Amino acid sequence: MATKSLKAQGDELAVSNKQLEILNGGIFADGELPYFKDKIHQIDQFPLRPRKLEILQINVGYMCNQVCEHCHVDAGPDRKEIMTRETMQLCLEVIRNTGAHTLDLTGGAPEMNPDFRWFVEEAAKAGIQDFIVRSNLTIIRANKKYHDLPDFFKKHNVHVVSSMPHWTRGKTDKQRGDGVFDKSIKALQELNERGYGMPGSDLRLDLVYNPSGAYLPGDQGAMEKDFKKALKEDFGIEFHNLFAITNLPIARFLDYLIASENYEDYMYALVEAYNPAAVANVMCRNTISVSWDGWLYDCDFNQMLDLKVASKIKHIKDYNEDILNDRNIIISQHCYGCTAGAGSSCQGTVA
Amino acid sequence: MADSYYDPKDLRKFGKITEWSEELGTKFFDYYGKVFEAGALTAREKSLIALAVSHVVKCPYCIDAYTKDGLQKGITKEEMMEAVHVGAAIESGATLVHGVQMMNKYNKLSM
Repeated sequence: MATKSLKAQGDELAVSNKQLEILNGGIFADGELPYFKDKIHQIDQFPLRPRKLEILQINVGYMCNQVCEHCHVDAGPDRKEIMTRETMQLCLEVIRNTGAHTLDLTGGAPEMNPDFRWFVEEAAKAGIQDFIVRSNLTIIRANKKYHDLPDFFKKHNVHVVSSMPHWTRGKTDKQRGDGVFDKSIKALQELNERGYGMPGSDLRLDLVYNPSGAYLPGDQGAMEKDFKKALKEDFGIEFHNLFAITNLPIARFLDYLIASENYEDYMYALVEAYNPAAVANVMCRNTISVSWDGWLYDCDFNQMLDLKVASKIKHIKDYNEDILNDRNIIISQHCYGCTAGAGSSCQGTVA
Repeated sequence: MADSYYDPKDLRKFGKITEWSEELGTKFFDYYGKVFEAGALTAREKSLIALAVSHVVKCPYCIDAYTKDGLQKGITKEEMMEAVHVGAAIESGATLVHGVQMMNKYNKLSM
């Protein structure tokens, strides 16, 4: 289990150009597998264009209390990139003026940003329909200062979306670190006690499932049933929905794929599972992703590959929805991950 | 020619079986797909059966495919190994039960 980010290790894969070189070269450059661009060209979807903005995803920092094996952000305790209150102010202006109905706060562990609570309080006033915080759960138990997070979330009617790799301790701890399972269970129970995730409750609690290895997620509905049964029977835990998300070959997951000699097979699996029907609903078409330092991206994955939006508006300080919407979405071979099988987005399957 | 009988990369080419006999290949894959749809048994249960049978018929391609399929369905390694033992028990039982035939024959031929 890694304890440091690739960046702190000085790993060559911490550099986005190196990752892009791998994604665009090798089996794709030698014609063994088709480029994503060619696949969507065949269904007249190239260039991929955005639809109306619905989701504003804001990454408030890469700092995290966990160092998960599959993390595409390469987040960890050693990452110091944190959104400042000034950048948050710029985001708030956009939140107030945009037509987006969903605000999606992510990280790292977003709660570790010192201005996180201030930002949530201010953003909650903006009348967003769905206010998501992506919590890794263990942060709630990591330190006394976070113990009241369930109450804070409830007070601001935050929609909590939490990672949970499996309903068993072994698989969860292997992907996310020793002790993560027990802390996550305790955090889920605390959220349930506040009403989160209970049948009929407006306090939304959804779980995110990422496969713990070089394979694609199975059927989301079937997985949800299995998760619900096991967590209810073993720990009395309730939650609303399970989002099954495909791991994209970026940062630490890419590093794992290469180190375990699974990269080629995984890319084959993604390409074989390519589902043209998923292309219409990929998340980059209705989402803008904002980085900790205010740059704009088509999605969180492009953010990690430092592929800024192809628009003259590139930063939150210059935000203009009309100009921004008139752009081509930047794609590469990692996009196969969002169009494999039933498709994958931060909200789960799309097809 | 390949210098070994099994190459993991050949599993990727399984679909190409239809190229030399499209009608039969397509019928097979239609049937195959239908068999693994959830029915009276869940897709999960079918995956475990397939994994056990893969071991019994000693098909390395099938073992790879249904280990991966099991992972995709959230099946744990303990469940997978139990399924393999079920296959192994039936396989060894099938050998052993023929011992009755041997005993019958022995008794018949012996004074």
